[in-house]
Amino acid sequence: MLSLDSVAKRFGAVQALRGVTLTARAGEVLALMGENGAGKSTLLRLMSGVHQPDDGTIHVAGVEMRFATPIAARDAGIRVVVQEPEIIPDVSVAENVYAGTLPRRGHFFDRSALRARLEQDLARYGFSGVLRPEQMGRSLSPAQRQLVEILRALIGQARVIAFDEPTSSLSDHEVESLFRLIGQLRAEGIAVIYVSHRMKEIFRIADRILVLRDGATVGERLAAETDEPELVRMMVGRDLSALFRRSERRVGRTVLKLSHVSTEDVQDISFEVRAGEVVALAGLVGAGRTELAHAVIGDTPLLSGQIEVDGRPLRLASPRDAVRAGIALAPEERKQQALLMKRSVRDNICLAILGRLQRFRVVSRSKESRIARHYVQELRIRTPTIEQEVSTLSGGNQQKTVLARWLARDAKLLILDEPTRGVDVGAKADIYAIIDKLAAEGSAILVISSELPEVLGLADRIVVMQGGRVRGELDRHDATEEKILSLAILEDAA
Amino acid sequence: MTNPAGGSSALAPKVRLPALRRAWALIGAQNISLLLALLLLVLFIGLQNGNFFYASNIATIGTTVAIVGVLAVVQTVVMLLGGLDISVGSQAGLTSVVSAMVFMATGSALAGILAALALGLVLGLLNGVVIIYGRVNAVIATLATFAAYRGAANLISDGRAQGYTGMNHFFVFLARGDMLGIPVLIWILLLVALLVQLMLHYTDIGRNIYAVGGNATAARLAGIPLNRYIIGCYMLVGFVAAIAGVLLTARTGSGQPTSGSQGLELQSITAAALGGVALQGGRGTIVGTILAVILLGVLENGLIILNVNSFWQDIAQGLLLVVAVVIQQRRAGGRGVGLP
Repeated sequence: MLSLDSVAKRFGAVQALRGVTLTARAGEVLALMGENGAGKSTLLRLMSGVHQPDDGTIHVAGVEMRFATPIAARDAGIRVVVQEPEIIPDVSVAENVYAGTLPRRGHFFDRSALRARLEQDLARYGFSGVLRPEQMGRSLSPAQRQLVEILRALIGQARVIAFDEPTSSLSDHEVESLFRLIGQLRAEGIAVIYVSHRMKEIFRIADRILVLRDGATVGERLAAETDEPELVRMMVGRDLSALFRRSERRVGRTVLKLSHVSTEDVQDISFEVRAGEVVALAGLVGAGRTELAHAVIGDTPLLSGQIEVDGRPLRLASPRDAVRAGIALAPEERKQQALLMKRSVRDNICLAILGRLQRFRVVSRSKESRIARHYVQELRIRTPTIEQEVSTLSGGNQQKTVLARWLARDAKLLILDEPTRGVDVGAKADIYAIIDKLAAEGSAILVISSELPEVLGLADRIVVMQGGRVRGELDRHDATEEKILSLAILEDAA
Repeated sequence: MTNPAGGSSALAPKVRLPALRRAWALIGAQNISLLLALLLLVLFIGLQNGNFFYASNIATIGTTVAIVGVLAVVQTVVMLLGGLDISVGSQAGLTSVVSAMVFMATGSALAGILAALALGLVLGLLNGVVIIYGRVNAVIATLATFAAYRGAANLISDGRAQGYTGMNHFFVFLARGDMLGIPVLIWILLLVALLVQLMLHYTDIGRNIYAVGGNATAARLAGIPLNRYIIGCYMLVGFVAAIAGVLLTARTGSGQPTSGSQGLELQSITAAALGGVALQGGRGTIVGTILAVILLGVLENGLIILNVNSFWQDIAQGLLLVVAVVIQQRRAGGRGVGLP
């Protein structure tokens, strides 16, 4: 029904896909697995026309297609049901489902025809009673939102429906109905593509399983002929060891101590980070790691539990308090959350230390430039001058600029959220070397990373999270990719 | 482009820009186009009517722009922060009335002025508190206080001009005095502009204002106290609006609840936008704003000299505001759907 032949896609310095071949057959469920960043989402975006492949071809029912826009893919019968579908909050379910093709009589909107049509369609697909046509968009549960999206797909005569981690926001009961629905779709001859990390689900509904790693196909198995350990083995195993260096580190006092920290997103988190060590926070995207980081720097409130820095309990009303206590965050979304894109490298490096460079409130420009130049040199930030606008730098150099900001501030504890996302290999190695050097000099560092080789290469200890909780802590010497991944995905692992 | 060190590695950083480009970068393309527009306008008006170049006329332009000018300067500050203050004109009106009434009650110009300045700070604080703690969009919040402050001014003055300051030396000095041959009003504008420019350019406060406007999340995560900055800036606006109110009282000889302060919000926002202040915040300069204020003043004066129907003034102002923002959006190259 749908086939992608050796498609490749590159985003800036990152090769997201390197020749992946995927075939979805009518009346079959194909599961797509892989670590975070393996290329699953990119693959879905290529088939739904959000991005266009740099190389390779897409065939639908044997005809070669080029999807210039998502609408073109939709017209060809391909729909991707995303985790959080676009729902217009203040109109009814009926209008949401038929948005863009509302029935009209002359120029007047025909409410009764719309209603009749939706009820008919709901009955046809077996959704009667689950969705009320007049219910407002904003009051829908996550599962109902997905149903709306699925209905949109079915009404649009979809021949291929892809689900991107559909169950992450669903309750058990809702998952059951979703699986029944997928079974029904398969019976009707629709090709289903199912992206998920959850092994149990995969084995329940998938016919075939395609495993990706680093933007390439690792292998394809029939669900009946494989098991969980084999899939985990296929997903892990990248070799990046050449990028890492490990200096002598001397672990000192406890800098950060979390005891039973709970927020809206995470529950009962306890662990420590000591001076001179790198602790990695591993887990899947959505495991609550970023949310935890934002709680530690005071960006979101704690519901319960305690954060101690250097043995003193910390009261955080805003990130200002954390920064003053010596905690710094280099966030994952550096363009949105860390950088002043239209300002110079110098302004960005000195953002957090202006208060220290002033005398009678006048900031010494020469001190500022000296500091900026120092860090540009030390961190090897590639920029023509320190006056260069940050938006013109590459991702790696932007990240180094953010690091420089906190080094200039002498932060005791650095929290680095996905420090190498969107960074090319050369800059990656630089960033790893910086982290190693800082740890050797006695900084406490907490790295959030979804890349297992990075976690293993950097960390002294690894804390694995799943579903907002800590699932386990591993020492570097007995951590393996398989152990980490098992803790991060398998539901019965303790 | 010439390569200074021929044969050296491609990675060597470029040491200096050609002098011309550096000068260009220093003044800024925005300011150069403003200067050009100003020059063309002056030439056009001057060729039609030679009286334009009389020193007395130039001084008139200077004194008429002084009040709008100080407001445009602080409007620039809140806009750099990513906000907007529509209530500046109403604040000026209310403080004008209060300065005149306190002056009449006490007989002291100083008391009148101090009362106005203190009230200005309170009005600004009120704006800031509504925005921060009520989580009200700045446009809506100051639109509300725009109406409320004006209502308060009319209420306490019964809708009429209050008091008479024409006999007080200090008020007369403010309105018509001069130092070194330059009217006091212009000195005040220059002083306010200079102080704000120094603050924006040389202090950590100013740099943090640019940071908050450029990326509020980044500023917050870097430990900048956003709320304090936002409230502080609105208080600065209130303070300077009170200065404008006092000047208004001095110029007209009495406290004016609405006449004279009406339209100052539009003019100050137009001047800031025309001067290159980004509506999203984070970008803009005082120099640009001042140039735009002069441009608007010349335009207004020119239309009067050339005997153009005064209703055209408002149309011209509205047009300029739209044109200024369109140019900004084009330059930013932003694409998007829905309302901007």
